[in-house]
Amino acid sequence: MARKISYKQAINEALDLEMRRDPTVIVLGEDIVGGAGAPGELDAWGGVLGVTKGLHAKHGNRLMDTPLSESAYIGAAIGAAACGMRPVAELMFLDFMGVCFDQILNQAAKFKYMFGGKAKTPVVIRAMVGAGFRAAAQHSQMLTPLFTHVPGLKVVCPSNAYDAKGLLIQSIRDDDPVIFCEHKALYGSEADVPEESYAIPFGEANIVREGKDVTIVSYGLTVHRALDAAEKLAKTGVQAEVIDLRTLSPIDWDTVIESVENTGRLVVVDEANPRCSIAGDVAAHVAQNAFGALKAAPQMVTAPHTPVPFSPVLEDLYIPSADAIAAAVTKTTARALAA
Amino acid sequence: MTNNPFPLSKDELLAAYRTMRTIRDFEERLHVEFAKGDIPGFVHLYAGEEACAAGIMMHLTDIDRIASTHRGHGHCIAKGVDVHEMMAEIYGKSTGACRGKGGSMHIADLSKGMMGANGILGAGAPLICGAGLAAKFRGDGGVGITFFGDGASNQGTVLESMNLAAIWNLPVIFVVENNGYAESTSVEYATAVDSYVDRAAGFGLPGVTVDGTDFFAVHEAAGEVIRRAREGGGPALLECKTIRFFGHFEGDAQTYKAKGENDYNRENRDCLRIFANRVTSAGAVSEAEISLVDREVAALIDAAVESAKGAPLPSPRELLTDVYVAY
Ligand SMILES: Cc1ncc(C[n+]2csc(CCOP(=O)(O)OP(=O)(O)O)c2C)c(N)n1
Ligand SMILES: [Mg+2]
Repeated sequence: MARKISYKQAINEALDLEMRRDPTVIVLGEDIVGGAGAPGELDAWGGVLGVTKGLHAKHGNRLMDTPLSESAYIGAAIGAAACGMRPVAELMFLDFMGVCFDQILNQAAKFKYMFGGKAKTPVVIRAMVGAGFRAAAQHSQMLTPLFTHVPGLKVVCPSNAYDAKGLLIQSIRDDDPVIFCEHKALYGSEADVPEESYAIPFGEANIVREGKDVTIVSYGLTVHRALDAAEKLAKTGVQAEVIDLRTLSPIDWDTVIESVENTGRLVVVDEANPRCSIAGDVAAHVAQNAFGALKAAPQMVTAPHTPVPFSPVLEDLYIPSADAIAAAVTKTTARALAA
Repeated sequence: MTNNPFPLSKDELLAAYRTMRTIRDFEERLHVEFAKGDIPGFVHLYAGEEACAAGIMMHLTDIDRIASTHRGHGHCIAKGVDVHEMMAEIYGKSTGACRGKGGSMHIADLSKGMMGANGILGAGAPLICGAGLAAKFRGDGGVGITFFGDGASNQGTVLESMNLAAIWNLPVIFVVENNGYAESTSVEYATAVDSYVDRAAGFGLPGVTVDGTDFFAVHEAAGEVIRRAREGGGPALLECKTIRFFGHFEGDAQTYKAKGENDYNRENRDCLRIFANRVTSAGAVSEAEISLVDREVAALIDAAVESAKGAPLPSPRELLTDVYVAY
């Protein structure tokens, strides 16, 4: 039975279901229960934005609050994963990877290959990504490309509650280290989500809108901006196809290429900074593999090459807007219209 | 001076009180303005902890550097950052200390030796080792102070920095502002040692714990470790046991605290009241002089809020500027 729940609840539900199913699943992070050792209520926070609220009552000490020591507890989650557990570690804001990156980059990502295929590291690192919260330069970044760059890591970034649940369940069951990116601006967004457990396989993009004139590829929050742009474009007679990548590593090249072969035009929308981004990666892949199908140069719509500014007037300019996406689409169609 | 049993002159006592009062009013006012919905983002208030910033910063000048935290307003004010510029920054205005690009968590004024509030826990400790190193090379007698909470004390960066400062004999002070909580988690849960002095000892640093609600205790202990560091005696750790009057950030329901905890602390452990009572009952400062400071500070904060609200927003082109020094 599906009912409308939020992205945040969907994540909570996925954790609950997997903890019920598999006793090796443990959840750890800063204030994920909250109130540890304090005189007031336990489960005082349930995570900084309440995502894990209520899980402690159901699963007790399989949820562990950690000290503010990311290197130690992210590393411990990775070590436990290498020893047969399935830890889900919450890094709060992905920006905090800066203090624990070695454990992810040189440890978790490498074990399988470096040990000749003998290891597996089924750890999930959940973290908030993205701008829009007026949280400034150190709490707002879209750092997905830093992780997709690293072989051995899987990178997931759901755009809606349905995907959040199914992809988190898959992430926990997956035998590789997964960086699970939760867009903080989406926590309140609701979708129809089945009560029962389901897993969404990695590497399967979702065509969230069909269209014949241009392919818009995105992930996370900007999928919604792309849909808004498509809506606007439809009024001008341009039918945009919108693809939500859902997982960035592995990435569903086939769906992207197939779509571009139909539309002949590509716009990639990425909230990350432009250099060496998901946008650049997709544009390059399409240019290399579907050049003949292209009727116009691929366009990238990204954040600018700057840190995230604090002032709301500047931050609102930072995240790719529906208007900017529509303008990029118009660039790809301009020649055809002129011809 | 016959009525003054304190190690500070009357002017200094009034200056200390003014610093603490400015911080308190600044924070109390932000609490109100935030609730109105006028202030964007995350705001972490320093109210309750004023004696720590004031007691330490009175020993510093602009050549001395501090590295602050997410809860940085008090450090900024005590280090002499302009209150108008701070307020404008928190409102995201172009007249702000960082031209609206940093916000509450990143206020900085390098000309005042304030190397920035910081959104990353523990990040200030390595940076302050750099400040200490630079002071040593320059030979200017400057010291560096890094502040961090009981929570951030468990970051690897902090622990590595204590060792580094010790082996290089850097003029650096590690200040733990232990307010008992890291977000909702207690220090008893998260920190294995009972006293940060024990931890300091493990790194070969002298350490001292003081009651952070007692300005005079902080001032005296800070004076000693700072003088020692200035004279080449090396780094030290200072733990200030303090209290956060508000939630972790604005909007925090604080259900992890004991019932009545905030009221009790405001009633009995308010560093401003304790200070004012002591100096007035000793006769070193009159109540009239205290209330004059109160009125002046209230006017300053009013003016700062007023001007911040009326200040211009950053222009859109500011989005792209200042990523690099040279392009
Ligand atoms: C590296 C890093 N991890 C986690 C956080 C999230 N965070 C911000 S403040 C805070 C609690 C800090 O507690 P403490 O150090 O005691 O300082 P206090 O807030 O009590 O002043 C946490 C967990 C962060 N900003 N940076
Ligand atoms: Mg604390």
